[in-house]
Amino acid sequence: MIGEIERKKGAAGRLRFGIQLAAALVQNANFKGFFTGRIYQGPVKNVCVPGLNCYSCPGAIGACPLGSLQNFLGSRTFKFPYYVLGLLLFFGALLGRAVCGFLCPFGFIQELIHRIPFPKKKLRTFKGDKQLRYLKYLILAVFVIILPLVLTATPAFCKYICPAGTLEGGIPIVLLHGNKLNMKIGALFDLKMAILIAVIVLCLIIYRPFCRYICPLGAVYGLTNRVSLYHLSIDSARCVGCGTCSNTCPMAADPLHSPDSPECIRCGKCAGVCPTGAIDLGFRAGKSETAARKQTD
Amino acid sequence: MSRNKKGLICIAAAAVLITAGLLLKQNAAVLAKAIRVCLECIGVG
Repeated sequence: MIGEIERKKGAAGRLRFGIQLAAALVQNANFKGFFTGRIYQGPVKNVCVPGLNCYSCPGAIGACPLGSLQNFLGSRTFKFPYYVLGLLLFFGALLGRAVCGFLCPFGFIQELIHRIPFPKKKLRTFKGDKQLRYLKYLILAVFVIILPLVLTATPAFCKYICPAGTLEGGIPIVLLHGNKLNMKIGALFDLKMAILIAVIVLCLIIYRPFCRYICPLGAVYGLTNRVSLYHLSIDSARCVGCGTCSNTCPMAADPLHSPDSPECIRCGKCAGVCPTGAIDLGFRAGKSETAARKQTD
Repeated sequence: MSRNKKGLICIAAAAVLITAGLLLKQNAAVLAKAIRVCLECIGVG
C-alpha cells in the first residue's frame, strides 16, 4: 500500500514538474531576447498570460495580467479594464489557483529554490502564518487597485514590490543594456533587489513565501477556488479522517476541512498521500464536500 | 446551484467581459504597453 502511494505521488509530482517547466518555457519562448536584450513585440503580446510573468522579460511572449490591470487603472483617461478582468475571471473560473500550482513561472522558480537543501529545518507553518496570509489581499487592494487609480500612470505593485519583474525583467535588461541604464539605476532598483533577495532567502526555508503572503494574483485566483471547474473533492465514504492530507499540504492548507481553501494551489500532494484514495483532483472530480461536515450531518 | 453551473456562469461572464474589451480594442492597449520595456516594472523608472 505504501509502495503504491509513493509510486502515485512520484508520477503526479513528475507530471506537475513537466507542466510547470513547459509553461515557463512557452511563456518565455522568445529565447533570442535573452541574448539581444530586445523584448518580443509580436501580436501574441496582446494576450495576458495566466501567471505572474513580467512582460519586460526579454523572453516573454505574453502580457503580465497584473501589469496590464494597473496600466488600465492608472490610465489618464480611465477605462474600465473589461479585457484584463475578463481574462482573469476566465483563468480563475476554469482553473482557480491551479494556475499558481501549474502555470505560474515565478511560482515554479520559488519551488526550485525551495528544493535547495538548507542547514536548518524548513518551516511548514509558524505563529502568525495565518494572519500574514491576509497581506496579499491588502497588497491587491492598495498597490494594484487604489494607488494606480490615485497616482495616475504608476503601476505601484510593479514599481515598488514585484520581485518577478526584477528577476525576469530588471536583471536581464540591466545586464544587457547596462551602459544605457547605469544612470537610471538608483534607490528603486536597490529596493526591488532587496525584496527579491529576501524572497529568495525565504524560499529556502518556506514553501512559496511570495505566493502565500504577497502575490495579488494568487489572491485573485484564491477567491475563484470556490467556483473553479478544476477542483479538489473528498469522497467522505472513503475518508477515514486520518489527517495525512492536511499534514502533508506544502501550503499548510487543510484539504480535509476546506477543499476550496483560497490557499490551495491544487498541487495534488494531498491526493498522492491519501491512504484510501479519497481525494480526487480534476475537472470531473466528485462534488466538493468536506468529510468533516458530512460526519456532523 | 451546482459547482459546475457556478463555474460555467463565471466563464460566460468572462467571455462577455473579454468580448466587450475586444470591441473597445483594449487588447491593443495591452499590446502597446507590453511591447515597450516597462522601466517601472524592472525597477529603473
